[in-house]
Amino acid sequence: MDFSFLSDPRYDVLGAFWVTVQLTVWSAIGAFILGVVLAAMRVCPVPLMRGFAGGVVNIVRNIPLTLIIIMMSQVIANQLGLRLATRQPGVNPQAFLDTQNFRLAVLGFIIYTSTFVCEAIRSGINTVPPGQAEAARAVGLTFTQVLGIVVLPQAIRAVVAPLGSVLIALIKNTTVASAIGVSEAALLMNTLLENEADKFTAVFLVIAAGFIVLALPTGLVFGSLAKKASVKR
Amino acid sequence: MSERASVLYDIPGPRARRVNLIISIVFGIALAAALWWVLSVLASRNQLTAEKWSPFLDSKNWTTYLLPGLWATLEAAALSVAIALPVGALLGVARLSDHHWVRWPAGIIVEFFRSIPVIILMLFAFELWFFAFDAASPFAAVVIALVLYNGSVLAEVFRAGILAIPNGQTEAGFAIGLRKSQLMTIILLPQAITSMLPAVVSQLVVVVKDTALGGILVGYSELRRAGNISASSYGNPLPTYFVIAVIYIVINLLLGNLSTVVERKLRTRRGGPVVEVEAGAQTDLMAARQEILVFDEPGSASVMQQEERGFESRP
Repeated sequence: MDFSFLSDPRYDVLGAFWVTVQLTVWSAIGAFILGVVLAAMRVCPVPLMRGFAGGVVNIVRNIPLTLIIIMMSQVIANQLGLRLATRQPGVNPQAFLDTQNFRLAVLGFIIYTSTFVCEAIRSGINTVPPGQAEAARAVGLTFTQVLGIVVLPQAIRAVVAPLGSVLIALIKNTTVASAIGVSEAALLMNTLLENEADKFTAVFLVIAAGFIVLALPTGLVFGSLAKKASVKR
Repeated sequence: MSERASVLYDIPGPRARRVNLIISIVFGIALAAALWWVLSVLASRNQLTAEKWSPFLDSKNWTTYLLPGLWATLEAAALSVAIALPVGALLGVARLSDHHWVRWPAGIIVEFFRSIPVIILMLFAFELWFFAFDAASPFAAVVIALVLYNGSVLAEVFRAGILAIPNGQTEAGFAIGLRKSQLMTIILLPQAITSMLPAVVSQLVVVVKDTALGGILVGYSELRRAGNISASSYGNPLPTYFVIAVIYIVINLLLGNLSTVVERKLRTRRGGPVVEVEAGAQTDLMAARQEILVFDEPGSASVMQQEERGFESRP
């Protein structure tokens, strides 16, 4: 098998995976925050908020991620004129497009992934024994205090492992960003296959190995974190 | 959910009801304002004009682009599941084999294809097909990739389903003198298949959504890609993507409901374990960690479970 393309300066394999990592990290942070907010809304005492969060989750989850990412670019940016990067006159417009598409992709991943984070945390809330919330209410805590001080910390500790699975799924999902031209691993593989079609097995093995290298440690770290974080009962 | 979540707050009294009402009104006004803002942006960009939306009254738009696209999506999804099911069963059973030379390769295959993005698999399958048959077939690429990925996911579902069957079934099978293969095909698999039906149905949602990946790099004309061509010929990307999203949501909500219905049916039937899966959840994430609830007639485990249930659903 011929792996000579690895040393070819035209193909920046490490750079492409670095873009994958960046996409993952920014999306993960955003999705976690939005997911917690959605989960809090889904269990709050105000029926309208519950219904709204439930509706958002059920709608977004059932749309293919591909559709969301392409809509970000073709509808939200091109038709409705959302600008997430500034275009400087005199500078290569490609740089503006790259930043713009990267940020659009991150926004799309945040919206999509947050619904899975929300569902994971909600199932975590269900694992907290009712006695915890009852005791918290009995000492006079308000809903935000019950949720923020007592229930959510225990709920999140209980769902570290599922959140790890969501993160691994997110790493794999970042390949969808290739649909709007973000130069991450899948787009690099596409270019490689166009130019080096005869070495397609080697190309596949390299890209696959890259994803396994990213996913395996994530799984291991979250596995041990889950053990450490779990609430002893 | 509601009965369990209500443990987080007391049954609202007069004051709490007033506060909730105020928050509801404020939130409702904020939502209405947001909706108004979105509509005004859409209007200012000429997205709400009749000419942008009238193509959906044109039957040619449907027969040329959208319906063939929808058919392509459903065709690829159905064929993938039909092939992935036996592949998954085979891999799942192989992972439970007593022989390490069967167990290990099956485990490696399952873990490998589960941890690789489906787009990468599609690109590889496309090249492989081209190499083998000297013809480009986006359809084959999509189906092969989805079979490899979902076969591996379903293998884990099968394995969980078989492991969830009470040990007594295996012991009784051996006691009446069945061989291992007989035990698997006559006793364990039939029970596992019914118990994992809900998980399989909710995997359908994942498959339907994943067919859209075929439209990106390997050029399979599924619903999204077909819609894109329609959008550029009618000049209405926003309405077209809106309609496509609605189609996907309707299909997937129906599948999600089907999975819930199947699960409820299985729950009320006597005996047999049920592999529990949240409707529409990403099965690959959840399958391995599924809580496996055993609903058995009299037996210590089920009695414990019933007690727990009673405790949980207390208002």
